[in-house]
Amino acid sequence: MNKGKWIKTLTIILTFIFLYAPIIVLVIYSFNKSKMNVIFTGFTFDWYKTLFHNTDLLEAFGNTLIIAGVSTVVSTVIGTISALGLYKYNFPMKKLINGLIYIPIVIPEIVLGISLLSVYTIANLKLGMPSLIISHIAFSIPFVITSVRSTLNLLPKEYEEAAYDLGASRFDVFTKVTLPLIMPGVISGATLALTLSMDDVVISYFTAGPGSNTLPLQIYSIIKTGITPDVNALSTLMLLATVIILTTSALYQSRKIARRGY
Amino acid sequence: MNKRFNIEKYLFTVPVVIYSLLLILLPLLYVLLISFFKSDSYGGMIYTFTLSNYMEIFNITYIRIFLKSIGIALITTAICLCIAYPFAISLMSKKETTRNLLIKLVMVPFLMNSLIRTYGWIVLLRKNGIINSALVGTGIISSPLSLMYNNIGIIIGMVYTLLPFMILPVYSAVSKVDPNLIEASYDLGASKTKTFTKIYLPLTISGAFNGSLMVFIPAIGYFFITDILGGGKIMIIGNLIKNQFLTARNWPFGAAISIFLILMTLILVSIYKKLGGKMDDLGGM
Repeated sequence: MNKGKWIKTLTIILTFIFLYAPIIVLVIYSFNKSKMNVIFTGFTFDWYKTLFHNTDLLEAFGNTLIIAGVSTVVSTVIGTISALGLYKYNFPMKKLINGLIYIPIVIPEIVLGISLLSVYTIANLKLGMPSLIISHIAFSIPFVITSVRSTLNLLPKEYEEAAYDLGASRFDVFTKVTLPLIMPGVISGATLALTLSMDDVVISYFTAGPGSNTLPLQIYSIIKTGITPDVNALSTLMLLATVIILTTSALYQSRKIARRGY
Repeated sequence: MNKRFNIEKYLFTVPVVIYSLLLILLPLLYVLLISFFKSDSYGGMIYTFTLSNYMEIFNITYIRIFLKSIGIALITTAICLCIAYPFAISLMSKKETTRNLLIKLVMVPFLMNSLIRTYGWIVLLRKNGIINSALVGTGIISSPLSLMYNNIGIIIGMVYTLLPFMILPVYSAVSKVDPNLIEASYDLGASKTKTFTKIYLPLTISGAFNGSLMVFIPAIGYFFITDILGGGKIMIIGNLIKNQFLTARNWPFGAAISIFLILMTLILVSIYKKLGGKMDDLGGM
């Protein structure tokens, strides 16, 4: 290997060390006997056991799953319909709408958070799970729209026309031709919506109410007094789950490609 | 036939119209409206027109917070650029399958909760943390360094949290540069620096600006990073807005600062569009 190639490999390795250092540290400390995340005193699974008695943390985690689940499904459906509508039809105010949907992507999250909080106040909507779910749907839809739109732009119009010419109904064309073709965009939009919702701190901070703590908010409230290793344990389990999901979806995709014979 | 066509059109267009008017336009217009109200001393609002909230921004205390905030965001953006470019260019020397895998691996840490990851930095950076223990233990330094509860900690946290938003667009732009151009540049005797400034940079500028936008704008608002890694002593615009809405309960002033941030965002986005950037490329992962 020549010198230039060595430097390039080293650059990649150093970047990955930076990206993974805090995560590896947290995973290691989830097996630490000591309660403080300072010195490693011995290996234990105890924190994984105490995790299942930490009702505050589990309740917050449950809320996060409910909010993320509902908001991902709703924003994926509305986002996909919207992307198709904006692509196919002309209607009044289309230009305005097309500009508005980028706003949640570009403005600082905190501005979206306080503006949603303000309308909930005039609408007399009590802060809690419903306001959190509406907020998460609100910031996820634009990401689904742009994601679906990127596959729509590559979609050949002839496919739908051919289906109509062969006598397919509108419903059949939609479910058997259009939807399968835009599916990659829908899936990546849904993944993005799920990730953003699970991780959101800023918007949830302003739109949560009593009894609707989410996992990020719960962690935020205990982070300054010091996190106990059961939080590390929960994060390790969540990380493991995402890695498993990612690997299976990658394997599934590569098998699908292999079957199609590309 | 004609009638059914209309029903379908409504089905596909009405949701997005309702959504964008009700959950985007209305909230922002309401924030604009309250930014012209007066606040009373009980956390309520007096519904009379005033520009005083906007005048208050020019108070020296707030100007300092604004400058500090913009400074931190600029340094964060610059460091992210300095990491993303070498990384993206180095990645191009690898095979395509390896590259795709490595780019996926860049994303994996960001599927873990961002507060937890920030907490991971506390464990690494604090006085009795891993980095200091290692440095003192090996005798490289005699007393621990202050790596957090100051600007250094905040910038590390910001760079870490926002880096993928820079790496992805920069990598996507760099991977589209024709390798023949790079080879031609070296063949004609250009240095590495010259190849970078004359070939890579001009061809990837909209990707770099896309990344810079997606790093700079959130860096102004991420109050939780200054809270956690700055020890609550250092304030950025995000902390200021949060305080006005939740602690000081001076909504009109908080709203005026928010409007100011929206204007700044719109200016940056219009520069991005002038550079040939596409809106659909923003914020994609």
